[in-house]
Amino acid sequence: MSLIAMTVAAQRSATEQRVASTHWSRWARPALGFMLPVTLAAAWEFVVRMGWASGRLAPPPSVIFATFVDLARSGELQRDTLVTLARVAAGFGIGVTVATIIGASAGYSAWVRRMLDPSLQALRAIPSIAWIPLFILWLGIFEASKVTLIAVGVFFPVYLGLMGAIQSVDRKLVEVGRAFRLTDVEMVRRILLPAVLPAYVISLRSGLGLGWMFVVAAELMGASSGLGYLLIDGQQLGKPAEIVAAIVAFAIVGKVTDWLIALVAAPFLRWEDVVRPD
Amino acid sequence: MLALERVGKTYPNGVHALGGVSLDVALGEIVAVIGGSGCGKSTLLRAIGGLDPASEGTVTLDGERITAPHEKIGIIFQEPRLLPWLKVADNVGFGLGHRPKAERAERVASALQRVGLVDKAAMWPRELSGGQAQRVAIARALVPRPQVLLLDEPFSALDAFTRTDLQDHLLDLWADARPTLMLVTHDVDEAIALADRVMVMCPRPGRIFDEIEVDLPRPRDRQSAAFDFVKRRVLVALDRSLNRAVTSAEGETKTSAGAALWW
Repeated sequence: MSLIAMTVAAQRSATEQRVASTHWSRWARPALGFMLPVTLAAAWEFVVRMGWASGRLAPPPSVIFATFVDLARSGELQRDTLVTLARVAAGFGIGVTVATIIGASAGYSAWVRRMLDPSLQALRAIPSIAWIPLFILWLGIFEASKVTLIAVGVFFPVYLGLMGAIQSVDRKLVEVGRAFRLTDVEMVRRILLPAVLPAYVISLRSGLGLGWMFVVAAELMGASSGLGYLLIDGQQLGKPAEIVAAIVAFAIVGKVTDWLIALVAAPFLRWEDVVRPD
Repeated sequence: MLALERVGKTYPNGVHALGGVSLDVALGEIVAVIGGSGCGKSTLLRAIGGLDPASEGTVTLDGERITAPHEKIGIIFQEPRLLPWLKVADNVGFGLGHRPKAERAERVASALQRVGLVDKAAMWPRELSGGQAQRVAIARALVPRPQVLLLDEPFSALDAFTRTDLQDHLLDLWADARPTLMLVTHDVDEAIALADRVMVMCPRPGRIFDEIEVDLPRPRDRQSAAFDFVKRRVLVALDRSLNRAVTSAEGETKTSAGAALWW
């Protein structure tokens, strides 16, 4: 076979492979992700059924599922999920709003940045749990202190992300704006905002993740409802299945909310030139 | 007419990039500016465009002083600098933000047709090749119908074939409305193929060293003897401009070995 013919044949088979792999991996990839947890869960179920382990402290999937159904039937699961979700939503809303305003100002104006950033960086160093006694003292043990704690958690990733993104906007594109004589407002609207959007969305997802983390801390420190309360309740009443059920609920709701942000943002980010993983 | 009078630029850090450049460019003329590194050609172009205004002297367009980007002056950079979040058509229409939608769509469509990229109108910039992206950038600069078009090494990032292709294409586009073109380039062939006049600059501080008229009829044959003759004149001038900066005695025609490396 001539060298040219061999190269053409090799190229063709590579393309065929790529086409074949996209057909296969369309559903295989997500399925692969489930393989590990499902296998482990099934294995644990088997071990407990066989009587090789007591399954008391670490309940098998069947018991957890039954607990889930019980909680749902009594309405407790829905109520607690909604309560926690509402706290996260409120804290996220406040944190994102404040962080966006301050982050945008600090990114755009060196003067604002020099005034505010050192103090904010110092505050950021404080571990989240340390705020709890102070907030409870100032704001009481009900909703205000919890929502504030979540807002604080959400604030920092969004502030940092947005400020950093604005500072790293490609100067060459800003110059295009200058060449077309954009006003300051137009410059922000037509060049800066779209340019920072990808990094901003990442910072929002990051903030949301921290928000979920902080709501657990807040609810552990004194709540009468919510998924965190369910955790404590399960611990105090010696119901490990309830604890795990609450953890699973956290995982599901957390993942869904993150997925929602990605979904809403996706149409605005179609233009990105990123390396798509195989 | 574009008039430069003793245009100079000293940066805040003390670098004296431009020292008194005076030049008159007639309407519809094509002027190429070439010279070695550090001779201030990009600085000159940016001063004319108002991006980095001159610290001495004046730039006037039809009597009006230019100190900031002007609607009659378009700029094309070395990179296409397309806005990645806008589709090709929206990029081309970027400078027409204040116009009614119908007019904008019409002018964009006709500009895309002129650069041969109508079928790419709904694509994202990341999907274009380097040459295609630069054509979109040219369309974007031409759509507001500027009187003067400044090009800062517009084709230096492209391969040789695409470069000659786009040079011819640029002449084609220029023939439509005949704006004044000022082109900074490293490529001597490009300068002679396009320009009516070639300005050779020398560094430290940047100023015009020599001016060579290219009196060849268009379309120009890059292989012709006449082309070669002008090219030789330009190369000698470039060579001399380098030596002048390295101080040789007045009138001496010294050729340094390094000067043969004109790219």
